[in-house]
Amino acid sequence: MMHVTVDQVGVEERARKLSTRSIKTSSKREGIKLIISMIDLTTLEGKDSPGKIRAMCQKAIRPLPGNADVPSVAAVCVYPNLIREAKRCLAGTNIKIASVATGFPSGQYPLDIKLADVRDAVTMGADEIDMVIDRGAFLAGKYRKVADEIAKVKEACGPAHLKVILETAELETFDNIRKASWIAMESGADFIKTSTGKLKEAATLPITLVMLEALRDYWYETGKVIGMKPAGGIRTSKDALRYLVLVKETVGDTWLTPDLFRFGASTLTNDLLMQLAKEMTGNYQAAEYFTID
Amino acid sequence: MSHSLGTCVVPMNAGVTMKRNGNGKTATARHLEIVEPRQLYFGEKWQYAPSPEKKDHVKLKKHYDLFIDGKFVPGKSGKTFPTINPATEETLAEIAYAEAADVDRAVTAARRAYDKVWRKMPGSERAKYVFRIARMIQEKARELAVLESMDGGKPIRESRDCDIPLAAAHFFYYAGWADKLDYAFPGRKARSIGVAGQVIPWNFPLLMAAWKIAPALASGNTVVLKPAETTPLTALHLAEIIQEADLPPGVVNIVTGDGTAGAAIVNHPNVDKIAFTGSTEVGKMIQRAIAGTNKRLTLELGGKSANIIFEDAPMDQAIEGIIDGIYFNQGHVCCAGSRLFVQESIAEIVERKLWDRMQNLRVGDPLDKNTDVGAINSKMQLNKICELVDAGVREGATKHQIECALPKKGYWFRPTFFTKVAQSHRIAQEEIFGPVLSVLTFRTPEEALERANNSPYGLAAGVWTDKGSKIFKIANRMRAGVIWANTYNQFDPSSPFGGYKESGFGREGGVHGLASYVELY
Repeated sequence: MMHVTVDQVGVEERARKLSTRSIKTSSKREGIKLIISMIDLTTLEGKDSPGKIRAMCQKAIRPLPGNADVPSVAAVCVYPNLIREAKRCLAGTNIKIASVATGFPSGQYPLDIKLADVRDAVTMGADEIDMVIDRGAFLAGKYRKVADEIAKVKEACGPAHLKVILETAELETFDNIRKASWIAMESGADFIKTSTGKLKEAATLPITLVMLEALRDYWYETGKVIGMKPAGGIRTSKDALRYLVLVKETVGDTWLTPDLFRFGASTLTNDLLMQLAKEMTGNYQAAEYFTID
Repeated sequence: MSHSLGTCVVPMNAGVTMKRNGNGKTATARHLEIVEPRQLYFGEKWQYAPSPEKKDHVKLKKHYDLFIDGKFVPGKSGKTFPTINPATEETLAEIAYAEAADVDRAVTAARRAYDKVWRKMPGSERAKYVFRIARMIQEKARELAVLESMDGGKPIRESRDCDIPLAAAHFFYYAGWADKLDYAFPGRKARSIGVAGQVIPWNFPLLMAAWKIAPALASGNTVVLKPAETTPLTALHLAEIIQEADLPPGVVNIVTGDGTAGAAIVNHPNVDKIAFTGSTEVGKMIQRAIAGTNKRLTLELGGKSANIIFEDAPMDQAIEGIIDGIYFNQGHVCCAGSRLFVQESIAEIVERKLWDRMQNLRVGDPLDKNTDVGAINSKMQLNKICELVDAGVREGATKHQIECALPKKGYWFRPTFFTKVAQSHRIAQEEIFGPVLSVLTFRTPEEALERANNSPYGLAAGVWTDKGSKIFKIANRMRAGVIWANTYNQFDPSSPFGGYKESGFGREGGVHGLASYVELY
């Protein structure tokens, strides 16, 4: 089913309809907790420092200090140079360390550099590698090259999980997104991921829907279960809950777990906490009451 | 492409109950074993809490009168009938029962209003009234939506997002035509006809009233409208809006009742035009009744519309199109895509995807904002659906029906589809008007065309393919009034709607809809 086409109007309409699901009271509370447990808490900036990583890891472990009912996030996502610091901070927890690699975010580097990048990251302690595909090759129709690269990166990952970033905004069409998803899955991706977060346009509901449908079809065809990670641009609880609806109604309960669905986000957490606190106490609290790490 | 098939084990969170395919057995498993064909599991890991729309803002009266000559008046006989909520079987209100004498009063008022006021009024003045009605529908949209769902059983999501906004849109659209009639039909002049007698069905009560009333008023006719017996409430609230909008008395009259009132309208000598939407059976009776009279007639009748899915279709969107085509409004849609033609090469995967998709249809309380499929409109309709489904099973088709909990009271039918359907089965021939789909297969485009056209009906069709040329080829040769390409059930006031063959004649919507209410010279 690799070559099944996607109708843009139809997929946008379906995503719009699903986003009108009314999520209230207990479903909102449970949904937000589930989302927190699915977050890849991310910082990918040139100015990232060990200090910043320490603060973020603390937030990852205990998003709402003093409330053990709120789960830890799934992973932290950092540049390779900061893996060691993250590793130290997260020792003894179940939180995974994800690192971007393969010449993130452009992917415009020679293959041996990309592979070395991956091997280094794994050696330094990354549990998960977020790679970028070569969009230039993809758009030039060199699908074999894209596939081979992913396969080699997967090999270099060893035990680490591989998330393949398609950078959907650069692929532009839903047909391309589906095709790239399929290539990634066939070449060894454990997860497919929408975006680097470095472009203005990142994850959207229709794009995520197309990718979920692709991984569902791949499962229909092969029995292999692939995970999904929308990343970038998801900032509010309301948005995140809509993604959860998409998962629930497209691929079902099997995927409603951090093992198979992640949110790549840096600023989403505090809105989730704010909404959760509101659900628990009945009142909204000012932003100052939530730590900004 | 190489795929590793065979048994594959998927890690699952402990304690999740997995439902095995088909055999109904469930097992609590740490691992999800793959059984062929693989099936997704839609369970209760994260559930939606009830989210009922509030109804305390609805000004529901205990008793409703007829709306004649600008006033609410009781029926001459004093008889009433109850209108019930099909989701709870509770009586919502008592409604005045109109008979021939009441219809006569209404037609007389309409005639007087036509002769004395409405026909002479400049189009730009008429437009103001029609615009006012449109705006007031928008202002009362919430109330009307809740009322529509209570009286008819349709999900609030649909009445809120579809019925009511479209009803307002029809009034807006035709209001715009009122002062432009001279330009609607180039080279010809348009003149109003007179008194229009309109009889509408129960599946889209307010929307059908809007389809009928808006073009009639815009083109200078006056109206006697009879809503369906099971769903009179929104039409009566529309009457209140019309009264509030200060429309001249008698321009719109609304009489409630059953076939007796309908027949009285059809047979009244002072009615110049009949517009009917409903069953083919009644449509034929009407056509017989007015034969030899000077009455004009438009009929929008039943259907058994074909939804054709080619192997090169955008498949997941086509699945949505199938769902929307047959389960929208519980399948109570005259243009429902009730015959699904799937190219044989993709039939298996389409059936599997359809089945998985149907597990997410939420059946229940129409006022819950997350409900997808509401209550069947009446006991009578439910019986008819059951009868045809039984016939399908008896004739040898394979029934696939989702297992979902249903409320204890009210009229419900679980979304269903049939496979192994033959063209000669009753479920492939007769209109079921319920959430029941017949799946047939074809091998080539020619065969699809031939079989899709092999029906006494010809209301609508859907074509799903990524190939533009194929869309045009099919669309040009389908004997159906409306053909949707890579979508289904899209409505817009500017787009004409109507049928071929036993689905009726005449068009509603767009400038075509205007043509049914004017005389051209």
